[in-house]
Amino acid sequence: MDYFVQQIINGVTLGSIYGLIAIGYTMVFGIIGMVNFAHGDVFMTSAFIALITFLILTTLFGITSIAVSLFIMLITAMLFTSLINWAIERIAYRPLRGSFRLAPLISAIGMSIFLSNFVQVSQGPLNKSIPPIVQGEFVLFRHASYPVTLSYKQVIIWGITAVLLAAFWFLVARTRLGRAQRACEQDQKMAALVGIDVDRTIAATFVIAAALAAVAGTMYVMYYGVVSFADGFVPGVKAFTAAVLGGIGSLPGAVVGGLLIGLIETLWSAYFSIDYKDVAAFSVLAITLIFLPQGLFGRPDVEKV
Amino acid sequence: MSTPLLSVRGVKAYYGRVQALKGVDLDINDGEIVALIGANGAGKSTLMMTVCGDPRAREGTITFAGQDITRLSTHQIARLRLAQAPEGRRIFPRMTVLENLQLGATTADPAGFETNLERVLALFPRVAQRLHQRGGTLSGGEQQMLAIARALMSSPRLLLLDEPSLGLAPLIARQIFDAIRTLNAQEGLTVFLVEQNAFHALRLAHRGYVMVNGLITLSGSGRELLERPEVKAAYLEGGRQRAAH
Repeated sequence: MDYFVQQIINGVTLGSIYGLIAIGYTMVFGIIGMVNFAHGDVFMTSAFIALITFLILTTLFGITSIAVSLFIMLITAMLFTSLINWAIERIAYRPLRGSFRLAPLISAIGMSIFLSNFVQVSQGPLNKSIPPIVQGEFVLFRHASYPVTLSYKQVIIWGITAVLLAAFWFLVARTRLGRAQRACEQDQKMAALVGIDVDRTIAATFVIAAALAAVAGTMYVMYYGVVSFADGFVPGVKAFTAAVLGGIGSLPGAVVGGLLIGLIETLWSAYFSIDYKDVAAFSVLAITLIFLPQGLFGRPDVEKV
Repeated sequence: MSTPLLSVRGVKAYYGRVQALKGVDLDINDGEIVALIGANGAGKSTLMMTVCGDPRAREGTITFAGQDITRLSTHQIARLRLAQAPEGRRIFPRMTVLENLQLGATTADPAGFETNLERVLALFPRVAQRLHQRGGTLSGGEQQMLAIARALMSSPRLLLLDEPSLGLAPLIARQIFDAIRTLNAQEGLTVFLVEQNAFHALRLAHRGYVMVNGLITLSGSGRELLERPEVKAAYLEGGRQRAAH
């Protein structure tokens, strides 16, 4: 039981990271109907930006406050990653709008390859690591010899995820931009007729998706302390699985899907074979696609005429 | 004569490879209700959408309020306060009625939102009752009223209405025509409407145009057109088949 509780704690932490990335997939899919295969690598790039920021802060400026350096890492990663994703949309996707459906998909795969290769060449192919930023933990309870703990890192991840999801929900549900985004998602032609700049709204969507991925990237670096150029692909596909499981296009679905994938992966590693944890996560993708293609929160794909 | 509010000159437009407009000339003056009638597939809706920049006119010019809008994009044209309740109503189905109206006010001054909302809802009490319901759950007539209400939320200088009575019960259609007449009489709103229901449209309108195969073939006051034998034969006495061929 204690072991199980510990796995749930770990799984929710991992799931938070997947959920934040999954929102990016689901938002972009919702608004332009495209699976942005580069999104995992955008996440990986953001982790590198956070890592580099951390190194600059500690070595050049000698900042020792954990809160300050984490905050600056987060802001810097969000800012630069948003800029990168904005540029990607502008260069690689917008010119292909109105082209055949496969074209932006191929372009996205191209951007994915470009990003991971760019990071590999500029940062080197080896794992980059940083010393642990946040240490310490709460011991929730101790049973026999096994303590169930909640580390400070996990608390930070849960807290930041919760705050960002609340802010993000507010943005989508209550602001002009959110309303414009939902309008573009439902009917772009009509959105333009009421005076919404559709291109700008789509660009804003990419910026928000990247900012959330950057939060995930920063927390990934803080949590694991290590990142490599190849770390975009697998977390990216898992977050995509989360989005599909939740119902692609559905924002709550992405969050719930992320948490579920995180839990499934962690519990599988704990009770079965850790070597096959990726197989477990991807089996979920296959099973979802076969038995529940619209996902948990998705709308059935019918067009009302 | 003063310059017209909307002026369409020699406009040609295509849908894919099909030429839908073959050189259309048309004027709408401030304060007028103008009806465009014609058979299915004549290009009426295409003309409405071309005025809004989607599809763009390949040739010719469109001038609105003294400004050339031929090359502007759709949202820029909307910002000049030219609103459209398009074919098929296009209510945002998964947003509430209120959100649909807020979207209609995208180009309007936010300070005037509340007053404008009250004014529009007074005109369509049935929409007011449904404010927090999702757009997709409304009946056809309510959706049409919402589509017009949404367009009015921008306080337009010109309102384009595409088939406002299509598929509606006669009583509801009459309510909508009454609302248009009221808006025109009380607020001087300029309205350009496309209708298949030629009889009602021409009775409502000050002037009318008849479109056949992407060209304007007749124009005149509403009453004149109602009296024209070719209009009677083609659009008023069940003679649509003959008009098409």
